[in-house]
Amino acid sequence: MNPFRRRHGKAPVLAMLTWVYVLWSLLPVLVAVRISFNDGKSRSAFQSPSFRWYWGDPVSSVWHDDALHTAMFNTLKLAGLTVLVATPLGVAMAIGLQRWRGKLSNAANGLMLVPIVTPEIVFGVALFLVFSQVYMGTPDGLTRQLLGHITFTVSFVVVIVRGRLAAIGTQYEEAARDLGASRWQAIRLVLLPLLSPAIFASVMVVFATSVDDFVISSFLSTGASTETVPIKIYSGARAGSTPALNALATVMLAFTLLAVALAAFVLRAISRRGGDTEMGAAGGLAGLTG
Amino acid sequence: MTAAVAAPQKPRRQYVWAAFAAPGVGWLIAFFVVSVYAVMAVAFGAVDPLLKTPIPAWNPLQWDTTAMGNVLDRVFGGDLGHVFIRTFSFVGAALAGCILIGYPVAYYVARKANRWRGLLLGLLVLPFWISYLMRMLAWTNLLQLDGYVNRVLQFLHIQNDPRNWLDGDWSTVVIGLIYGYLPFFILPLYSTLERIDGRLIEAGRDLGANAVHTFLRVTLPLSVPGMMAASVITILPMFGDYYTNTYLTSGSPRTEMVGNQIEYYLRGSSQPQTGASLVLVLMAFLFVLMVYYLVTTIREQRRSER
Repeated sequence: MNPFRRRHGKAPVLAMLTWVYVLWSLLPVLVAVRISFNDGKSRSAFQSPSFRWYWGDPVSSVWHDDALHTAMFNTLKLAGLTVLVATPLGVAMAIGLQRWRGKLSNAANGLMLVPIVTPEIVFGVALFLVFSQVYMGTPDGLTRQLLGHITFTVSFVVVIVRGRLAAIGTQYEEAARDLGASRWQAIRLVLLPLLSPAIFASVMVVFATSVDDFVISSFLSTGASTETVPIKIYSGARAGSTPALNALATVMLAFTLLAVALAAFVLRAISRRGGDTEMGAAGGLAGLTG
Repeated sequence: MTAAVAAPQKPRRQYVWAAFAAPGVGWLIAFFVVSVYAVMAVAFGAVDPLLKTPIPAWNPLQWDTTAMGNVLDRVFGGDLGHVFIRTFSFVGAALAGCILIGYPVAYYVARKANRWRGLLLGLLVLPFWISYLMRMLAWTNLLQLDGYVNRVLQFLHIQNDPRNWLDGDWSTVVIGLIYGYLPFFILPLYSTLERIDGRLIEAGRDLGANAVHTFLRVTLPLSVPGMMAASVITILPMFGDYYTNTYLTSGSPRTEMVGNQIEYYLRGSSQPQTGASLVLVLMAFLFVLMVYYLVTTIREQRRSER
């Protein structure tokens, strides 16, 4: 243990503040989850527990209300497809930008970083206008939302993967090349396995960002059939809504947490199988020479 | 086996790496650069007199600055000026709240939490996986007239009658913004505070400074870059936020921000040029912050490659 910390002991005021903050940040969400199990129509007070707003209610439960489960499937489809395109695109771009040298490369690197600092409303407006003025042939709704989400998330993948690439260095690949691997083999058998933790982290971040997105989906939405869960929650505030919205949000929360837990589990399995970085590379090299 | 380390300077190799980056770069040019240019073309273009749809001016030589001139007049001294001032006030107040709450929390978890650190870090990350609008939905539940917030306040006799929090109350918006963006503020700050070399703090103590002095003279200055990065990454999206205030006040005009005006002009009016011009004005205001983030990030990248 760090001697500094031992000498100073705990900081009771800071500790209390931190725990109060943690409670404050999570308690409202727990209350919202609890209200989703409310038997009554109230969104503010809990009456008695039931699954009415999940499937019990024949009209407005998540299971029976078409608009609600359409929004859910739209959100999951959009997030899944965004992950499938943005991740490979971003990983390739990260490898390229990390090694390609020169003025053009610096420009490309700068371009990659700009979307991260662009406020979402600028993104939403820009995509809204480009699809209505330039790429007018793009099918409405999901396709446009998908292209928008990929554009919005690809830079996150690049930044996460580049961080890992910088830590790995080039020596493992060079060793593989010395042992007779072609460049493609070195990338496929050595580099990609070493990158897998970063790739999984990217998948989690892209998935969560896409599920979370409201502005871009909303600007590119063309009506009820292209609404996502955040759009549904947003518009529900005005039209006197029921705890079915809480139920919908709770289902999405369960999906996201499950996906994150699964990804964390896989990540741990990979790092255990491969040991640390050294071991992972050694495994890759053994596969090459064997 | 010692085959002269695969000649890294071979020029052909550069093309391979450029080819790796090409699809992503092409994608960003097609959907990001062209999109932002489309905003400019619409802002400086015309509007179809019958259909009220934009007629973008793609050639910069044909740009018409009338709409932009009107917007600038309204921002500097006109009705939009109030909206900009309100937006800056909300964001400023929310940032102050983020620093006041976020700094001690990040500091405690990074440097003092000892055996609780893993658990606390997990709890700090948790809000990232909870949809932003669900977190806002939770507050609309709590802030109803008969909601838990009013009931607790009445129980404690802080107020006698239930307060209508969701009816255009600016404090609800600021608290909502703080609640929504604090997780994004705390994590970057945490990683900076966590990386501070403990030996520097010890040296300060050994040389006779007390705990407060050591914090003010050593830890705080070392954490300034992290605090700047955290602030920039939090307030940039806050400036474009139009859903938090709309959601928490049922769209009250009393808490309208720049984002609301942009959304209104682009989607609900016959003046798309005004909306596009407002986007450009907002970006001009945020330009310094964006450049600051880009420069520090690129510098950091270079350092990690060395």
